[in-house]
Amino acid sequence: MMRARVAYAGAIHEAYPLISGDAHSPGDGVRAVSIQLADGRVVAEDEVVWLPPFEVGTIMALGLNYAEHAKELSLKTQDEPLVFLKGPGTLLGHRGQTRRPTDVNFMHYECELAVIIGQPAHRVPRALAMQHVAGYCVANDYAIRDYLENWYRPNLRVKNRDGCTVLGPWFVDAADIPDPGNLELRAFVNGKCTQHGNTRDLVFDIAYLIEYLSSFMTLSTGDVILTGTPEGVVNVMPGDEIVCEIDGLGRLVNTISADNLYGR
Amino acid sequence: MLVNTVRPCIAFDVAPFSLSGMVYGTLLNHRSALAALGESVNQPPYKGAPKAPVLYIKPRNTLASTGDTVFIPVNTPELEVGACLGLVIGRVACRVSEIQALDYVAGFLIMNDISVPHSSFHRPSIKFKARDGFCPVGPRVTPRSASTNLKTINPNMLTVRTYIDGVLVQTASTAELVRPVGQLLRDVTEFMTLQPGDVLGVGVAAAAPRVRGGQRVDIDIDELGRLSNHFVNDLS
Repeated sequence: MMRARVAYAGAIHEAYPLISGDAHSPGDGVRAVSIQLADGRVVAEDEVVWLPPFEVGTIMALGLNYAEHAKELSLKTQDEPLVFLKGPGTLLGHRGQTRRPTDVNFMHYECELAVIIGQPAHRVPRALAMQHVAGYCVANDYAIRDYLENWYRPNLRVKNRDGCTVLGPWFVDAADIPDPGNLELRAFVNGKCTQHGNTRDLVFDIAYLIEYLSSFMTLSTGDVILTGTPEGVVNVMPGDEIVCEIDGLGRLVNTISADNLYGR
Repeated sequence: MLVNTVRPCIAFDVAPFSLSGMVYGTLLNHRSALAALGESVNQPPYKGAPKAPVLYIKPRNTLASTGDTVFIPVNTPELEVGACLGLVIGRVACRVSEIQALDYVAGFLIMNDISVPHSSFHRPSIKFKARDGFCPVGPRVTPRSASTNLKTINPNMLTVRTYIDGVLVQTASTAELVRPVGQLLRDVTEFMTLQPGDVLGVGVAAAAPRVRGGQRVDIDIDELGRLSNHFVNDLS
C-alpha cells in the first residue's frame, strides 16, 4: 500500500494514489494526477501540500555506500559503513523548494532509497533484520560541497541544512517491495537523466545496516536509514526541477529556489 | 501511519515546557579543546581549524536522565565524560543575531556528552557517540531568568565541574568558548533552524575525564544543579 501525508483545506490527511478514473483531468489535454484523501475527497496533486510521508524519528544517512560514487568523489570505500546523523529541520515533502545559497559553486542532489523502521530493533542479527523494516520511500538528500570541512565529515553545514532532505511522495509498505535489493534509482534534472543506479550495488545492504546500527543503538519506529547514492551527481541551480524516482516507490519532485525568496 | 513513541522525559515551567528530543553538540568550541590539538589542526586530514561551527547529533536513543545507569560496551575499558552546558531553545531560532540570541534560549541544563574514546575527529564512527544512554541531560531545565531569585544566568560565565566517585577531576568555564553563546547561536541558525525544546551543547573542554565500570560521575554547573550517573560494564 502507498500512503502520503498531505495538508489540504485546513487539515493533515492520509492520502492514496487514485487507481481508477481521474476526476481532475483538465480539458486542455494536460493530465493532472489526482490523489484520494482518507475521507474520500479526490484532489489534484498540486492542490495539496505534501509532507514527509511518515513521522520521522532519527535520520541515519550513509556516505559512500555505492562503490562507483565513492570513486567519483575520489574516496576509498571503508570496512565499516560511514554513517552520519541528520536533524528534523532538514525534512521536506514532495513538490517542495530547497534553497541554494547565492555564493556556492557546487550543490547537488542525491537520490537514495530510504528504509523506514517499524518494530524497534536492538541487537538484531542480519537474518532477522528485514522484519524490522516497515516500508520504503524515495529520498533526495542535498549536499553543498562548498561548506565541506574536514571535521566530523560530512559536517552539518553541508548535509543538515533546512529543507535539504526531501522524502516522499509515498510511504510504501515493505510487503509491497519483495526485493529492495534490486531497485533502479534515477535522478533527472529538468527532465534529463543525470543519475542512474541500482540498489544491488549497495556496498552494505539493508539487512547489514540494520544489524550494524542496532548493535550499538536501539532503532525505534519511524527511524529512517538513507542508504546512500550512486554515481552521477551534478550541480543544480535556482529554477531547476529535480526528480528522483525508484522502482515501485514513485517520483519525488523538488525545485531549487534562490536566496531572494528567503529575504537573503 | 507509524506513530513515534519515544519522548523526552524532562518537563519544566517555562515555554516550551518540554524537550523536543533533539540534542546537538558543538565540536572544539572550548579553547582548551582546540589548543590541545596543537599544530595537528593545520595538517592532514584536517588542514585547518573549523571555520563554521562543527556540530554533531546525539540521537534520541542516547537520551538519559540523572540517576540512570550508563552501560560501558564490552571491550571498552573506559568512556570519556563530556561535561557541557546545554542551551534549551525557547522559540524558533532561524538566523538570529548575536545580540538577540539569548532571547531564543528558554533555559539551561547540564549535558554529559559521553564518548567511546577516539583520536580522530575527521570522520569518526557514530558508534563512539550515538550509543544508547550516552547523553544524560538534566537534572532539570533551569529557566534563563530564574524567577525565584530574579537573577539572570549568564551562560558565558559558568563553571563546569566534573567529579568521579566524589573527587573533583575537571574544572572548566564557559568563559573560554571559542564562540560564546550568542555568536554560536548566530552561526548555527544561519544554516539550520533550531526548534523549541532542542538542546545545543556549547562545547566540551580538553582532557575529558575517563570513567570505568563501577564508578559514579557527577557534573555540576553553577545554579543548574548536579547531573549524576553510575557507569556499569555491559556484560550482556
